[in-house]
Amino acid sequence: MKPIDDSTFVSRSRTGRDSGSDRESPVKRDLTRRRPRAAATTLQVQPLLLLVESFKRLNPTSLARNPVMAVVAIGTLICALYTTLAFAEANGQGGFALSVTLILLATVLFANAAEAMAEARGKAHAGSLRATRGELKARRLTHSGEETVAADQLRRGDRVRVSAGELIPADGEIVQGAGSINESAVTGESAPVLREAGTDNSGVSAGTKLLSDELIVEVSVDPGESLLDRMIALVEGASRQKTPSELALSVLLSTLTLVFLIVVVTLVPMARFVGIETSTVMLVALLVCLIPTTIGGLLPAIGIAGMERAMRANLIAKSGKAVEIAGSIDTLLLDKTGTITLGDRRATEFAPCHGIDMKRLREVAGICSLEDPTPEGRSIVVLAREQGASLADEQGASLTPVEDAEVVPFSATSRVSGLDFADGRRWRKGAPNAIARQVQEAGGRLPDDYEALVERISRHGATPLAVAEDNVLLGVIALSDVIKPGIAERFMQLREMGVKTVMITGDNPITASAIAAEAGVDDYIAEATPERKLELIREEQAAGRLVAMMGDGTNDAPALAQADLGLAMNSGTQAAREAANMVDLDSDPGKLLEAVEIGKQLLITRGALTTFSLANDVAKYFVILPAIFAASVPALGGLDVLDLHSPASAVLSAVIFNALVIPALIPFALRGVRVRATSASAMLRRNLLIYGLGGLLLPFPAIKLIDLVVGLFV
Amino acid sequence: MNAMMLCYALLIGLALPLGLYMGRALDTDRPSVMDRLFGPVESVLMRLAGVDRRASMSWSAYLLAVLKLHLLLVALAWLVFMGQGFLPLNPDGIPGMNWDTALHTAVSFATNTNQQHYSGQAQLSYLSQTLAIVTLQFLTPATGLAVLLAITRTLLRRPAATDAGGGVGNYYVDLTRIVMRVLLPLSLVVALILVWQGVPATYQGAERVMMLDGGATQVIPRGPVAPMVAIKQLGTNGGGWYGPNSTVPLENPTGLSNLIETIALMLIPVASLIAVGVISGRRRLMMGIGAVMIAFSLITTSLIVVSERLPNAALAGLVVADSPNLEGKELRFGSDLSALWGSWTTQTSNGSVNAMHDSFNPLGGLGLLMDMFVNVTFGGIGVGLIGYLLYLMLAAFIGSLMIGRAPELFGKPLETREMRWISLAILAQPLIILGLSAITVTFPGLTGNSNPGFHGLSQVLYEFTSAFANNGSGFEGLGDATPWWNLTCVVALAVGRFLPMLVPLAVAGWLAGKRTAPQGRGSLVMESGAFVGLSAGVIVIVNLLGFLPALVLGPIAEQLVLAP
Repeated sequence: MKPIDDSTFVSRSRTGRDSGSDRESPVKRDLTRRRPRAAATTLQVQPLLLLVESFKRLNPTSLARNPVMAVVAIGTLICALYTTLAFAEANGQGGFALSVTLILLATVLFANAAEAMAEARGKAHAGSLRATRGELKARRLTHSGEETVAADQLRRGDRVRVSAGELIPADGEIVQGAGSINESAVTGESAPVLREAGTDNSGVSAGTKLLSDELIVEVSVDPGESLLDRMIALVEGASRQKTPSELALSVLLSTLTLVFLIVVVTLVPMARFVGIETSTVMLVALLVCLIPTTIGGLLPAIGIAGMERAMRANLIAKSGKAVEIAGSIDTLLLDKTGTITLGDRRATEFAPCHGIDMKRLREVAGICSLEDPTPEGRSIVVLAREQGASLADEQGASLTPVEDAEVVPFSATSRVSGLDFADGRRWRKGAPNAIARQVQEAGGRLPDDYEALVERISRHGATPLAVAEDNVLLGVIALSDVIKPGIAERFMQLREMGVKTVMITGDNPITASAIAAEAGVDDYIAEATPERKLELIREEQAAGRLVAMMGDGTNDAPALAQADLGLAMNSGTQAAREAANMVDLDSDPGKLLEAVEIGKQLLITRGALTTFSLANDVAKYFVILPAIFAASVPALGGLDVLDLHSPASAVLSAVIFNALVIPALIPFALRGVRVRATSASAMLRRNLLIYGLGGLLLPFPAIKLIDLVVGLFV
Repeated sequence: MNAMMLCYALLIGLALPLGLYMGRALDTDRPSVMDRLFGPVESVLMRLAGVDRRASMSWSAYLLAVLKLHLLLVALAWLVFMGQGFLPLNPDGIPGMNWDTALHTAVSFATNTNQQHYSGQAQLSYLSQTLAIVTLQFLTPATGLAVLLAITRTLLRRPAATDAGGGVGNYYVDLTRIVMRVLLPLSLVVALILVWQGVPATYQGAERVMMLDGGATQVIPRGPVAPMVAIKQLGTNGGGWYGPNSTVPLENPTGLSNLIETIALMLIPVASLIAVGVISGRRRLMMGIGAVMIAFSLITTSLIVVSERLPNAALAGLVVADSPNLEGKELRFGSDLSALWGSWTTQTSNGSVNAMHDSFNPLGGLGLLMDMFVNVTFGGIGVGLIGYLLYLMLAAFIGSLMIGRAPELFGKPLETREMRWISLAILAQPLIILGLSAITVTFPGLTGNSNPGFHGLSQVLYEFTSAFANNGSGFEGLGDATPWWNLTCVVALAVGRFLPMLVPLAVAGWLAGKRTAPQGRGSLVMESGAFVGLSAGVIVIVNLLGFLPALVLGPIAEQLVLAP
């Protein structure tokens, strides 16, 4: 089959934001930083092309992939044959047989359309990522020099040179040089990021733009095997690998189909034995109504849509299994920085030493920080202002006491920064022991309560920053980690859903425990090393839990490979990206949470529709069985609880309902069931009520209603 | 209705202590006082049989041991039935059986079914009855319970057993313990009560009595009837000494004997549930399953009791038209006690009768058929709960998906291989019952039906259902001692017995080798009302719905036509 050209099949309108965000739960919005994304498109599938695609999928190889729909297709053929015979004999049954044939055909087409729609959306997202690559040229390094080749000829291990202003031709790793790169084509984030050889941020993606410097990149994939290519394979109906639980569910659905096939086929001789001649068309209608067509028809679409949702979150899964397993994760290993806390610390307290005026400490600390561009420095100014210090305005213009000071920048060796005034005064702030040494060297002495102060602040999970004026130690500023807003609530919800969270941090145990307590994680690992992470994953797995973690460094690779769900940042090293089974294009450590939700959504949608589909059978029995037998045994009409118009209208109404349920549920299948942060028991109760009981009851009024309409024509 | 409720109360009152006792006496992992009592005899038996009783078998070895022993038992019983004419203990000179009826009888008894295409008192010698029949009547319920114990140890036990070798227990040890500690003592008690009530127990051969008119003599067959009736009732066997089973006063002489035999139908199946709760430590789960079973039981029992209180439609217009349906019933017991027995005997896959099921009103017959389709309303000893576990696995599969987890059962992943076999076990039932019924009614020459039409269909359906469910009761009215019926029923019997019993054992064995996720807030709570309800829903939708069209053409049509 010819691959779908998504540029014609799907029309895209840029809305500037993720089309899915408005229907996601508010919680999720709190949690994950929403970024404009590359795939921010509203997709409208063009009806005509969809129709064509649905017909194309009627070919036997396509149908054979889905046993449930294959049975419907065979049923359609049988009905078509009977229609022809009926018209040839002019026995008056032709109209009815033709109607059933057409409705059954529609049932198959609806299922095809669901799959085609899911596939089109998925490909459109992937396509918009891929389109940026266009016709990339690459400068490949050879023994003798360079040659220019098309990007799709690059093979794993090739080295290419990229200069400022050029696009990176293939996924790979920087082996030489450093540069800032605009990754907006892949991530939607326009702020440039720094990538450098030999660091944990050495990975580059095809299609991103180098803004400065020159790089040598080693290509890490062969043509057709890039992350994007793999992702596209996951949303392509014909070549898609079914995920493990999808396979197991298919086995169950095929079995149920076989059961009902046996039921209907054996009905013929049994009916004949008691003197009832059954209508083949009606029997086919009964069969199609009983086999799980709703879930059978939507199953591929649900799987593809799950992959597409992952892709929309800029999560590139290497296999469908990775997305699916995310839903079953028991333990999340989360890096503190970026996931639990904002990346930067903020000043939260000025603590003057004994005998020092608080006002003085604030002023010195604040003024010292005016020229400090770091987020920490800015936060000191903000805090000082909030507490009433009259520092300079935003521009730093009216700096009252000092016009003539020289800035002493922070250096890693001195670990202090400050101002040297023309009059000889020297203000300093910096690491407590470095400041203490300077004060002592300048002939000052340390206040009695200084050490206690420093220790108190450390114990509460903050970083102490000492401030001194010449040889007088003024006091300490507390720089605290700032817990991301809403994260504690989020962890509570995860706990409610039974997911254990473990914070990983390089901090000392005291700091780590303070942050862990504030954020509400279940456990933490302080002074974590990659080896410790690996060990922890093994421990959790030995206890039967499924573990997810995120990482970027080469030394994270073993742990990423060991974890059941290893999520690598796209900015990470090639080793990390290869060890992981999912890659986050945004390199956002908070993505693990989203991955879990997408996985759960995928599984729940399957379960919900299976239950709904099976529960529907009860009503359909009450409609069709009396219709089949009532003509020969009028007494059986007593089973017709809905009091339908006629046997023909009853059967037609049932198959129409059966067919219409599929398109009615396509949006639901593509969007997925909303995941609520509740315990498994509450979720089961709720879903059983909606999809089980609902599925049991809904068809009764629905079929009655359809019958009222059909009754007008039959 | 009062008598019915009394029986339910009595049943639970007796099953509770028995279940607690079984939970202690049969648990091979916990020594108990009973070890000292029964241990010496058991170890002598084990040594005679050359079984190392400390050796735990893998699940596959256990499964093979079950199959091998049954193959041997079938072969022996077959030979005994065919050769009984030349064998001793045959005071009445009964000739050997046909090869096909003998085969059917052997398989029927080796599958705990006791479907009879012959009449015991006239066609079986004392040797056949005692050696072949009664041996199987002890060993087959014990096998069901043994496999249940193996599954309990492998899958259900909490915390999981620490058997490093992956063993599930020793089949021969389990078998011996169950016979020695449960079946023999209970049978002894019941048999003695029955003898007291007047059930014969003798090896002296048939009694010849002079009729009152002085002319003719009547032959009244006798034998060691009471012991056989005891295990027939207790062991969900159902095959009686006499053809008409417990309708005959010699098998069921008094009100008290009827009460004892009725309770005995259900006693061990209910107690097994309690015993598994004790051994596995999953009391709440077993209570949940028990609640569903009792609900199913009350629903069909009520249906049948109410149906049999209605007059027989054939008597319309006669003086007796207002009486309950007493056709085919013992007037000594009346309609309620017959209906209760009928319901319990089909729920437990026992199959003994104290009334003729063929003569039940159509809705009563519907209730009996539904009981046998479901077949896990306490069900046969051991296999009833095993069958429920099969549906529980399906429910766990769907339930896990509904809470967003990859399918798992007790924290262990259910994957394609497990689902394939579970599906096969589910598929077998409609395939065999409906498939064989359809073939049979297509060639009416084969069926030997006494009734055409709806009731005739019900008879055919009942026969295969009874065989597949390992029930053994009959709608009769079929000339069933023919090669067609014998051989097709052999297939239904064997598949219906071994597939649903052994697939869960295999699944338990496979799952034992997998990781176990700890129970947490995010995992499926199988004890919850919602999940137990789901398992009941799965039974109704996957099992009962499949048979609805056949039921509509059989008993439902009959009812609607008879009483519009």
